[in-house]
Amino acid sequence: MQFKSMVVSNVELSPGYFRMRMTAPPELQQTLPGQFLMLRVIDSIDPLLRRPFGFFDVGTFSAEYAGCGTQTYSEILYKVVGKGTRMLSALHHGDLLDVLAPLGKGFEPGAAGEEKILVGGGIGLAPLYYLAKELVARGDKVRLFAGGRNRDDILCITEFERLGVETYVSTDDGTLGESGLVTEVLERHLAPSGMRIFACGPTPMLRAVALMAQAHQVPCQVSMEAYMACGVGACLGCVMKGANHSEETPDYRCVCKDGPVFDSTELQWS
Amino acid sequence: MQRPDMSVELAGIKMRNPVMTASGTFGYGAEFADYLDLESIGAMITKGLSLRPKAGNPTPRIVETPGGMLNAIGLQNVGVDAFIAQKLPYLSKVATPVIVNLYGNTLEEYGEVAARLDGLPGVAGIEVNISCPNVKQGGIVFGTDPLAAQEVVRLVKRNTSKPMIVKLSPNVTDVVLMARACADAGADALSLINTLTGMAIDLDRRRPVLANITGGLSGPAIKPVALRMVWQVAKCVSIPVIGIGGIMNARDALEFILAGASAVQVGTASFLDPSAAQTIARDMEQYLVDKGISSLASMIGALEV
Repeated sequence: MQFKSMVVSNVELSPGYFRMRMTAPPELQQTLPGQFLMLRVIDSIDPLLRRPFGFFDVGTFSAEYAGCGTQTYSEILYKVVGKGTRMLSALHHGDLLDVLAPLGKGFEPGAAGEEKILVGGGIGLAPLYYLAKELVARGDKVRLFAGGRNRDDILCITEFERLGVETYVSTDDGTLGESGLVTEVLERHLAPSGMRIFACGPTPMLRAVALMAQAHQVPCQVSMEAYMACGVGACLGCVMKGANHSEETPDYRCVCKDGPVFDSTELQWS
Repeated sequence: MQRPDMSVELAGIKMRNPVMTASGTFGYGAEFADYLDLESIGAMITKGLSLRPKAGNPTPRIVETPGGMLNAIGLQNVGVDAFIAQKLPYLSKVATPVIVNLYGNTLEEYGEVAARLDGLPGVAGIEVNISCPNVKQGGIVFGTDPLAAQEVVRLVKRNTSKPMIVKLSPNVTDVVLMARACADAGADALSLINTLTGMAIDLDRRRPVLANITGGLSGPAIKPVALRMVWQVAKCVSIPVIGIGGIMNARDALEFILAGASAVQVGTASFLDPSAAQTIARDMEQYLVDKGISSLASMIGALEV
């Protein structure tokens, strides 16, 4: 659906990383973890296109808090990387945004009783919080492996811990948690059965996680990011190669419509 | 006051208003059904079809540029047979004319795709994209050579009884020459402009942004070029002209009407606002109400110079 959202808060969590909360229509409570929204940052022609963001959270203000009836809200985490996100970071309480949501396919939570392994690289952590909330509510054991270049890239760990998620942090430079790549830490904790992986982050990290999951025969879902114009499967700008893609038998999948969450075996990683 | 008459008849295609969706920006229609009333717009033009399914180009395929975007999708489509079997049944239920955009990798393919669409009651007309390279003639683009374009137009004309729109490329020295050539060869209407060839460079990586290196520029950045070309062509041909290029709102659309377009196509705007075509049609009507104009037709080519 397409609707207007009012910015409720827009806070810098760590240098260059923001957490924004905005009002949402009640229908958004049906949003699945892993689905995304597209924001029009400004009603002008530069930047022209919407920007896609995964849902960090969806919730409801109680009547006392909202000052009237209950009010649904959604939250995103974002990193300032260009003109669009810079403009977004300058918004204040009361500013209005045009939103398309919820879009795409979400995570498939898998069987109850399985251990759920979340792997987030940098801002890729964003959609994993909403997922963790849902998994914890189902009674699943959840562990989070969060990685980044330095401690500024590690976000909202206390939020995960508050849910009861066991967290493992690693940074390239060792300024927070273990020193090294998140995939190295992950590999030490993988067991051959009873696990399911959910990963979001830079493509090289996702590739490493996907290949590791395949090697250990652990089911794995990845949430991909791509340049996209429309978000509804029309422009075909955001496609990725399917596992069996070849020059002769092409197989492209839309990140916006067929994803952004894919089973790692659906995609081509070479 | 009565509602103004927004209806348009274009080469025999009756439309409730002059707002059409541009090929390649509206999928096969169904993608947008959640966001707008498909029966509020003038006509739908579907993603360009080829004889066989086409995979399209490697990624990245799109990049934003100031006031516009570059795309090199590579005409990815399901192919004409899958369109007829899977997409057309849905579209046929919508009470809005469906115009099918088509292209061929060879001259013969143009004729074959047109032939397969001929006689289908759900297809109100066809739009021929002549901006692709003629593989047989060493990659010369049909859309930039008036004689090659005429060959395509004549062949398609022989293979269809549907109204035929020919979509012109702006990447030529003299668009009027191309327009006249296509009109003389039997086009029932012309649509212009297709995207302008451009490129974007990632300075730090020293690489082109698009995997295809070059792409087609669309969006508000190209509107002045499009207006100029529509104005030039509309003066010189006797068949209807459809204006395309960076239309974001009703005022943009009406500028094309003044320049001589009988209808318009909304393209890139549908990407940033999936309801754009409906909003533009509604706001165009409101403009006529506000100005006390009783029919849209009276504005076509009414530019005062």
